[in-house]
Amino acid sequence: MTVAAGPAPDARVTPLTQCLLLAGKDLRLERRTGEALLVTAPFGAVALLLVPLSVGVDTPLLRQLGPAMYWLVVLLFGVLVTLRTSAVDSAAQLAMLRLAGVSARVRLAGRALGNGLLLLGFELLLAPVAVLLYNPDLTGWAWQVPVFVLVAAGLAVLGALADALAAGLAGRTTLGPLLVAPVAVPLLLGATGVLTAARYGRPPWPWLVLVLTVDLVAALLAAWCARYLEELT
Amino acid sequence: MPPTAQPADSAEATGRDGARASPETVLARLEGVGVTIRRTPILRDLSLRLHAGEAVGVLGANGSGKTTLLHVLATLVVPCAGRAEVLGHEVASGSGTPARPRIALVGHQPALYPQLSLGENLRFVAQLSGRDAGKADRALAAVGLAGAAHRRAESCSQGMARRAELARVLMVEPTMLLLDEIHAGLDRDATGLVDEVVARVRGRGGVCVLVSHEPDRLAGLADRLVRIIDGHAVRAGVGQGSEAAR
Repeated sequence: MTVAAGPAPDARVTPLTQCLLLAGKDLRLERRTGEALLVTAPFGAVALLLVPLSVGVDTPLLRQLGPAMYWLVVLLFGVLVTLRTSAVDSAAQLAMLRLAGVSARVRLAGRALGNGLLLLGFELLLAPVAVLLYNPDLTGWAWQVPVFVLVAAGLAVLGALADALAAGLAGRTTLGPLLVAPVAVPLLLGATGVLTAARYGRPPWPWLVLVLTVDLVAALLAAWCARYLEELT
Repeated sequence: MPPTAQPADSAEATGRDGARASPETVLARLEGVGVTIRRTPILRDLSLRLHAGEAVGVLGANGSGKTTLLHVLATLVVPCAGRAEVLGHEVASGSGTPARPRIALVGHQPALYPQLSLGENLRFVAQLSGRDAGKADRALAAVGLAGAAHRRAESCSQGMARRAELARVLMVEPTMLLLDEIHAGLDRDATGLVDEVVARVRGRGGVCVLVSHEPDRLAGLADRLVRIIDGHAVRAGVGQGSEAAR
């Protein structure tokens, strides 16, 4: 069979470029819908406020609870950020992306990158709120910088995976958090562990390594099952 | 006055030796293809050959498998039985990717991102597939949407969204064009645009497959008609597509 070659694209696009384009598109959609930073983030701030209201004026208890409550809210509401409806590709959009030469892995990576940047913004928005409400001991706060990045990355990949798994299902918004929350527990433990260790003068490395390990396992899992997930949908 | 589809860039489908594809060239070959989706058999033992330069109309009742057939030809659905070869590549799990940049599919629903403008939507596809982003603006102008390039897709009518999809086809310049109910929601001017886009793809030696519920409209565009009955493709008549293309 002789096959018509047809016009070729003008230039070869690298997977990295495609990944950046996809993440850029997701961020642009978010900027126009405000779903994550204008709706979910204030909701998270309200959740942070509810705890002091229910505990009462028990400053030492709030100081102790503060970091854990912050990361709990980041985990639970962060999942909602990764499952935002503006980022859902319709069947037609998915077909268009596949015909444009975007592989399943690149699509998942682009989604995870967009998620990660949004989650980082989400964490940074909620951090001053938590400091204001809980007045936590910020000894060794600098250790939180890598924790912010690593937790955002891990949650972003897990969220992208859950989104791909739950795509097209009626219970997507419920199933997604159910899938992510249990596997994201080590992220929560690691993030709070780093701050606690720094406060008591212990090395926080083991906790950082735990968070990093979750990130790597999630990334490998995503790379391994991306094509299968695409064919599933 | 109907807008005229100007070439975003001119290119012809050519054979591996550089010669223009002849009408004998088979661009897609389905042999005994079966597709089952969620345990429901959709296509059964379907055989079809698509030649360079022809337009094929596909008819069939709702749920007969017309859209699934388009998805197999687009390499998006892998048959569970039989053999499918599209643009020289076997359609098997993960193997259809090399042919995809030369295929354009316009489905029931527009593949536009509602919050992006028409221009942003097209430029996004151009950049993803390694094409000059300037082609997006030229393609929009060719379908009469130059003035709406900054308008968000969510605020466009169905007809405008369809035109934008046709602009994407002009930009991609596919060897295989798959149109699913393309005339739905189009005014007369835009209908003429569909005819021009189909003629352009055929003129370059590509192939068009059109799905529609309107046999009369299909007969005017396609060279031959096939009907999907019980998952099989049955010859349903000859169209006047080749005369229209002339």
